[in-house]
Amino acid sequence: MSPKTLYDKIWDAHVAHEADDGTCLLYIDRHLVHEVTSPQAFEGLRMANRPVHAPDKTIAVPDHNVPTTLDRANAATMTEDSRVQVDALDKNAKDFGIHYYPVSDVRQGIVHIVGPEQGWTLPGMTVVCGDSHTATHGAFGALAHGIGTSEVEHVLATQTLIQRKGKNMKVEITGKLRPGVTAKDITLSVIGETGTAGGTGYVIEYCGEAIRDLSMEGRMTVCNMAIEGGARAGLIAPDAKTFEYCMGRPHAPKGAQWEAAVAWWKTLYSDDDAHWDKVVTIKGEDIAPVVTWGTSPEDVLPITANVPSADDFEGGKVGAAQRSLDYMGLTPGTPLSEIEIDTVFIGSCTNGRIEDLRAAAEILKGKKIKEGLRAMIVPGSGLVRAQAEEEGLADIFKEAGFEWRLAGCSMCLAMNPDQLAEGERCASTSNRNFEGRQGYKGRTHLVSPGMAAAAAITGKLTDVRDMM
Amino acid sequence: MDKFETLTGIAAPMPLVNIDTDMIIPKQFLKTIKRSGLGANLFDEMRFDRQGNEIPDFVLNQDAYRNAEILVAGDNFGCGSSREHAPWAIKDFGIRCVISTSFADIFYNNCFKNGILPIALPAEAVDVLMRDAEKGANARMTVDLEAQTVTTSDGEVFRFEVDAFKKHCLMEGLDDIGLTMAKADSITAFEAEASQARPWV
Repeated sequence: MSPKTLYDKIWDAHVAHEADDGTCLLYIDRHLVHEVTSPQAFEGLRMANRPVHAPDKTIAVPDHNVPTTLDRANAATMTEDSRVQVDALDKNAKDFGIHYYPVSDVRQGIVHIVGPEQGWTLPGMTVVCGDSHTATHGAFGALAHGIGTSEVEHVLATQTLIQRKGKNMKVEITGKLRPGVTAKDITLSVIGETGTAGGTGYVIEYCGEAIRDLSMEGRMTVCNMAIEGGARAGLIAPDAKTFEYCMGRPHAPKGAQWEAAVAWWKTLYSDDDAHWDKVVTIKGEDIAPVVTWGTSPEDVLPITANVPSADDFEGGKVGAAQRSLDYMGLTPGTPLSEIEIDTVFIGSCTNGRIEDLRAAAEILKGKKIKEGLRAMIVPGSGLVRAQAEEEGLADIFKEAGFEWRLAGCSMCLAMNPDQLAEGERCASTSNRNFEGRQGYKGRTHLVSPGMAAAAAITGKLTDVRDMM
Repeated sequence: MDKFETLTGIAAPMPLVNIDTDMIIPKQFLKTIKRSGLGANLFDEMRFDRQGNEIPDFVLNQDAYRNAEILVAGDNFGCGSSREHAPWAIKDFGIRCVISTSFADIFYNNCFKNGILPIALPAEAVDVLMRDAEKGANARMTVDLEAQTVTTSDGEVFRFEVDAFKKHCLMEGLDDIGLTMAKADSITAFEAEASQARPWV
């Protein structure tokens, strides 16, 4: 048999039909659903009088719109249009008989955090969601990617997607990371290297010692931002850490089925001589704690660098860089570590897991945030929040001056009331620094949780290594 | 879905690279449970100021381009989120074709589900088309999906590639779900086999 990549193996196990021209029907094992990209899809089903094909494989949770303030049980905390979307999901989940975690459930949270936490996401699966950060689930060795609403409807109706196989890229991070360098720095550095379109048309497999050394939480952070590099999906081969994370989760297999599952999961790796369409290798020791300076996730520099000038770029990027500098209100040559911030946001499907909160707490322990700064921590799920309270992290955050919120997407995309004001500058652990992303004319610098915590203390972008 | 066969119309130039879906349709307009009406907010934060007044410099606010049906854009158009509200807004505005050197995968796919043709061409070709678009309303481009060509107002022809299945669906205005349901037997057979091989799924 010819050698295969991990992507080949998962793909081959899910082709339900292949046409002569290579167009496939790919079977979907898990369909995750949230309130923003699904109402039109359910409406389409109703109009065509179609049921959900596999309700037992369909899991819904509201996350994008929900308020994260402690009083959110009060319906008045939500705007009318947000409430309409959340109510629509409540109704659709009930009418179509799919698994559902309502806002009031302690298990509610960001869909990409809830899926793995509840054991819905398992190695070797195909996972889709009407959300580009579905790439997160690739950390388990699951082929996971975002889809549009028409495709959401297609999966609801048929449990398949019409697909052609993509190209395959290997991104290897060799050796060890230096102190203070995290999964977030890896994923941002890869995008800095390949650009936001570098992964277009590809499925990325991340591998190498530095990736193997990451926890499952860290691996999810890396895969989460595959989409920011243009790749619909990122993958990491499952190993003992993966199995340990999955074992005992509510929807993970048990007993003999667990044994059978692990036996198959152990075959899910890229064979030695497998073919790659592209290979990128980065030395772990060359990665520094990084920040973004512009309005594209590829605008990445080490915290020790200076704000670049538009002249440092070529082609269409010259104009884009100038536009970014103007939007961000930055002067070329300014050290990044002198940029003052107004807000710190720690959370999102990129960095809203327990390990991220531990990393922030490590820096914040016994410290206070800079006076006048707005700082919030939004755990990725109700269970992450509960665990952080149990571990005493919540007390550290509150004593430092952070707001300690309920779970949701929050200021990552600012669809709920958590938004930047015009001109406000934020150190954020989220995934996108696009114009207006966190609020109209808001300015976003993407960083790791430790870097965000350090910035909260000094009031400016800060090298976390100075605080360790 | 609306069919796409040929289109002759005004092309608006947007030379900016990495035009993301947050630019195309900012998140405050995603709080709808409908697919229609989003054209009024296409490129909202680039097109209007906070008071809702048009920003005169923005291309679609210029008289020559108000009725544009084609967009010629910089590299990596449609990057970012999976929101299908982006193609919904483009279509609702009246644009049926976007030309760039490259598109983000999810956005590219979403276009075909909505009767929009995204055309990827080499940088040299996009440069020529960008200059043609900059001529304004009197310079109309023609897109012919059957022939897979874009023709400038001067008659220069560029051939583009498109997946045969996607082309067929767009030309016929076919409903994907209907097509897939015709293969229900394959899906049922796959499910029977998979439930044996991987019963834990």
